[in-house]
Amino acid sequence: MALLEVNNLCISFGGLRAVDDFNLSIEKGELYGLIGPNGAGKTTVFNLLTGVYKPNEGIIRLEGQDITRKSTIEINHAGIARTFQNIRLFKNMSVMDNVKVGLNERFKYSTLEGILHLGKYSKVEKEMDAEAEKLLKVFDLDKEKDILASNLPYGKQRKLEIARAMATNPKLLLLDEPAAGMNPNETKELMDTIALVRREFDMTILLIEHDMKLVSGICEKLTVLNFGRVLCQGETKAVLSDPEVIKAYLGE
Amino acid sequence: MKLTMNKKTKDNLITYGIVVVAFAVFQLLAVTGNLSSHMKGLLVPMTYYAVIAVALNLCVGILGELSIGHCGFMCIGAFTSAFFSKVTEESLPTAPRFILAFVIGIAFAALFGFLIGIPVLRLKGDYLAIVTLAFGEIIKNVINAFYIGVDSKGVHFSLKNAMELGMEPDGQLIVNGAMGITGTPHNSSFTVGIIVLLLALFVVQNLVNSRDGRAIMAVRDNYIAAEATGINVTRYKMMAFIISAAIAGAAGVLFSHNITTLTASSQYFGYNASIMILVYVVLGGIGNIRGSVIAACILYLLPELLRGFNTYRMLIYSIVLIVMMIYSWSPKVLEWRKRTLGNINFPWKKQRA
Repeated sequence: MALLEVNNLCISFGGLRAVDDFNLSIEKGELYGLIGPNGAGKTTVFNLLTGVYKPNEGIIRLEGQDITRKSTIEINHAGIARTFQNIRLFKNMSVMDNVKVGLNERFKYSTLEGILHLGKYSKVEKEMDAEAEKLLKVFDLDKEKDILASNLPYGKQRKLEIARAMATNPKLLLLDEPAAGMNPNETKELMDTIALVRREFDMTILLIEHDMKLVSGICEKLTVLNFGRVLCQGETKAVLSDPEVIKAYLGE
Repeated sequence: MKLTMNKKTKDNLITYGIVVVAFAVFQLLAVTGNLSSHMKGLLVPMTYYAVIAVALNLCVGILGELSIGHCGFMCIGAFTSAFFSKVTEESLPTAPRFILAFVIGIAFAALFGFLIGIPVLRLKGDYLAIVTLAFGEIIKNVINAFYIGVDSKGVHFSLKNAMELGMEPDGQLIVNGAMGITGTPHNSSFTVGIIVLLLALFVVQNLVNSRDGRAIMAVRDNYIAAEATGINVTRYKMMAFIISAAIAGAAGVLFSHNITTLTASSQYFGYNASIMILVYVVLGGIGNIRGSVIAACILYLLPELLRGFNTYRMLIYSIVLIVMMIYSWSPKVLEWRKRTLGNINFPWKKQRA
């Protein structure tokens, strides 16, 4: 059984069919790329997968469980975490606290225990600290843990966003243009980070990307979207040499 | 992490310390007879304004939602607790009655925080401010129309006038419309006020350093990302709003048990009063709990202390407001403070400006 199974997904905004008959199947452990020209509907697919938009038709299954019309929160709890095209961190909170927000739903104590700092508070907070530090270490952010998230350099902000997503312990990680706005060095480092996430957490990843070097460098399979429809799907090499794909990207 | 935990704890302890020291100083002045009776009369109001400033800072600074109707919650706390105290004045001894009055005032303010929160928290920014402003006024005006009396048959209620209540001759009129509640027992004292302030600080500061507090701040910073991280945005907004309303209610209990005639007048519960508390919060530093307490105390006492200057009083007051604003928010001053005063403020606050 595929980890993520998407069948016949459609959504229209007014008369525009933003995503039409979209199918996708991702096996556990795969690194899957979603590419396409600007406005092809890539981010819309992400928003459908994470419950920001509700599809008009179609079905989304995570490990066989139907999550089609669930809310963003429920989908996160079901096991899909994401990052955003324009980085969305909790800017006025420390790096550590950003990750601890990600841990919020996994390490629990009651509000009363939190206000009184009694009961499970100390124990659970210690566990959270340990877990957060472990994550920060993996992403090489442990030295910056007390800095405000907004004061991190751009590349590290991306890393922190991925670390926060990983803190929710997802089954599937969605990365929306992680290399956007990065210089070649930062992109290189990002590729290492993604490889690291796969290695350390045995994570299944679906990513949207424009940077072809990154896509061809790390993705195993690709889906190409154009005008909301799937143009081509399959192994990276085959897809990138497909004449239809080249036409969509370069014109005739 | 150990270091930061200590830092946060230390930060909280400094706040409690400041309050306790201020309490000791004022008590000492009072005991040695260095405080005029006029000044003594200002001490209790100073504490409840500090309490409601802390409450509002939870809403504006930590949750990030602008409310300019917080005096409405104070009003509810004041009237429900005063009503309770009046009714049970003979039947209950002072201490348990006053504690119960707090429980009731806080509970009703929290209840209204919940009810008002349902529609209000769906809005953002300016709209939220306008609607909270309206709710504050509605609460005040509705209470102004209440006539409630108690006799052997039970509680009588009317929206017209005292005659409509149809009470027995020995019945007691408790809430007399716009004349409010008269003769609530004077149980509030500076000591009680300080204890309530310390409790309010304890609740808010501990909340901020817990998982719920982090979730609330996450909602403030980016609710889209918070949702995608599995944070139930509605729940945490509501939680912060209710706790904030409840603390404002506690300030109301202090208020009503310190005043002879409690009326729902604009002077105490109108939007001007709400704006004044917002001024305390903004000038003390949004999100800086300790700053709110200090700003509330200084800005409450100042106009009274400046009475000697007669006509120049408000001029000096406004200059102080400007100076405080520069002190709290000007980037250059913040830089200077960082260099000279070290890490006295909340770590994230300094970087905001």
